[in-house]
Amino acid sequence: MRWHRLAAIVRKEVIQIRRDARSLLIVVVMPVLLMLAFGYGVSFDIKHIPVCVFDREGSQQSQDFLKHFQASEYFNVVEAVNNFPALIHAIDAGSCRLALVIPHDYSLKLRAGGPVSVQALLDASDNNTANVSISYSEAVVQAYSQQLQLEWLNRQGRFVIQPPLSVDVRTWFNEDLESMANIVPGVVAIVMAVIGSFLTSLTIAREWERGTMEQLISTPVTSLEVMIGKLVPYFLIGMLDTVLCAGMGIWWFQVPFRGEWSVFLISSALFLTVVLSLGYVISVVAKSQLAASQAALITTFLPAFLLSGFIYPIDQMPAVLRLITHLIPARFFMTITRDVFLKGTSIPLLVNDLVALAVFALLLTMLATRAFQKHLS
Amino acid sequence: MFGRIREMLIKEFIQVFRDKRSRFVLFGPPIIQMLTFGYAATLDIRHVPTAVLDLDNSQLSRDLISRFTASPYFDVRARLTDRRQIGDLIDRGNVLIALQLNSGFAEDLRKGQTAHMQVIVDSSNSNTALVALGYINQVASRFSIDYQFERFNQISPLLLPQLPQIVLDRRPWFNVNLDSQWFFVPGVIGNLTLVMVVTLTAFAVVREREIGTLEQIMVTPIQRVEFILGKTVPFFLIGLFETVLISLVGVLWFGVPFRGSFAVLALGAVLFIVCMLGVGLFISTISATQQQALVSGFFFAMPAIVFSGFGTPISSMPETLQWLTYLDPLRYFLDVLRGVYLKGVGLDVLWPQMMAMGLLGVTMLSISVFRFQKSLD
Repeated sequence: MRWHRLAAIVRKEVIQIRRDARSLLIVVVMPVLLMLAFGYGVSFDIKHIPVCVFDREGSQQSQDFLKHFQASEYFNVVEAVNNFPALIHAIDAGSCRLALVIPHDYSLKLRAGGPVSVQALLDASDNNTANVSISYSEAVVQAYSQQLQLEWLNRQGRFVIQPPLSVDVRTWFNEDLESMANIVPGVVAIVMAVIGSFLTSLTIAREWERGTMEQLISTPVTSLEVMIGKLVPYFLIGMLDTVLCAGMGIWWFQVPFRGEWSVFLISSALFLTVVLSLGYVISVVAKSQLAASQAALITTFLPAFLLSGFIYPIDQMPAVLRLITHLIPARFFMTITRDVFLKGTSIPLLVNDLVALAVFALLLTMLATRAFQKHLS
Repeated sequence: MFGRIREMLIKEFIQVFRDKRSRFVLFGPPIIQMLTFGYAATLDIRHVPTAVLDLDNSQLSRDLISRFTASPYFDVRARLTDRRQIGDLIDRGNVLIALQLNSGFAEDLRKGQTAHMQVIVDSSNSNTALVALGYINQVASRFSIDYQFERFNQISPLLLPQLPQIVLDRRPWFNVNLDSQWFFVPGVIGNLTLVMVVTLTAFAVVREREIGTLEQIMVTPIQRVEFILGKTVPFFLIGLFETVLISLVGVLWFGVPFRGSFAVLALGAVLFIVCMLGVGLFISTISATQQQALVSGFFFAMPAIVFSGFGTPISSMPETLQWLTYLDPLRYFLDVLRGVYLKGVGLDVLWPQMMAMGLLGVTMLSISVFRFQKSLD
């Protein structure tokens, strides 16, 4: 390996990247865009669930019941209807996710004592929202029910019972239960996966397609020099974006950063090596840019998005898939970034993940050095 | 004119189906993505690893704990004896939840005072934490109700039937078992259609420009309209075919019900693909290289998917962003997909979505064709 040849390849790549101004823009804009899209767009803190009510009684008591739903920040009563077809249409059209039906003899039954049932019809086509709606509406109904019971007992001149059990919750690491705190550290991994898959995967394929590969092969440059030379600029871009993302997470989204910067940067460098090498291998094998981009999408971006625990928790996946996730480098990086950001975990607890990343990085760089052989077929 | 268009179509189809790799690009990625998404994408929370610290060790405290052990949502992995153990277990990520009952728990209940259950949650994953907290509250309030009734029964059995009580009779429609595959699979169909049509269209034009064959085509007697038709019709057909293919995978492999009419879905797909052709053409006018086209496509796809309500409901996003989602064609197509698949609704409900997609499609396609014509000069 000769330094001046390597430097020449690096310079060639840098010129190529710099030449179209948009690539440069992409380098800065993409992380920002991804941060904003995921930070604001992915919210698990489900609030303002649109509710439709059908009060078949229309008494003061039934209205009082509904007021408790209106008062909750989790529900937003958007529509009151007075017949079933209108109710069904509201659910069908998706204008509400939850419909409450109060029976026509609500207050009568309530006075007589014993259980009164209020119907909650849920649009469960979105199962997660439906599930959360059930939890929240149960909480509203039970609190109200308990309040009525206490009032009733008081009127009877009976003992005043305190609510028997209270649940005192303490949330650690993400005190306000914000999705952003969970999502934003993960976006760092996604941005790197995108750079690895979308930018590097095309570098060699492009040379083949344009026919400049023959020219490159005819020079004395070695295949190792080509590899390193092509990857170094993207590595620098990747590290720049990592810092940009982290900075944006901390300053814009106010996500706490509790761990060590060194751990964060080392693991980022390892993960970046993994995705860049993988992108390089793909681009050597695929030869056409379209095929390379699709292959990169499937081997790098998709696993980083789906199988890393970024949004969908790994321990809820089927057993086979859970095993497969151990082959996904992004999974380990995702754990590290989250732990470093939110938990402030120190190195000893992260050793396993770091070692796994290092092993992947080593294997893939070895694969990359072997993938590209300088000859014309 | 039709002769020339036919030649152009034949050329495009040959190019798309030419070799094994390009054929793979058409069918491999969508099916792989469909399968991974179908299995990996779930926001269900079950078997949350839990630790229990019961310092009271009374019959009542054991009763409460046993309700958690019996629940499918919690997996009691550790029974602790000292509260200092909690921090360590949570730091290491061995458990996500710790339940703590202090001594005096049963005593408080017996005295009619409020007893407390301490819950410590690792909320670094806010979704898991929120859903699990919902389940904890449900278990706790069930316990409260049972305890209160039993106690009341002991004191004055005659009054018990008169105690007012409201119960929620919950009925999840369209997806009775709250199965997340039923929610995600129709959504993935929309995502894949978007990605396929946009990338294929954009690449088809940009590749010619990059390789330099665009000039060769422009010197033939072909008209611009014919060229544009030749570049869009194949991808319209391929897109439609892909949509049908992955829809079949959804029904046959994942067993997602198909309750509506095929014609409605087909109409929705046609309108949506028209929108995406517009986007693809537009990207091809602003990209000089395939790499640029790929990244621009990604720039469009990512926000379009995140803000479509694919994974998390639009109603919980920030309000300004909610307005922006009206410009997202995928938002409407997802309504159509989920409406047809799960709800079995027809045009009487879905006409606003169809209108919106038609409007967006015509606008996008006209702008793109206009720009495209200029870019050929």
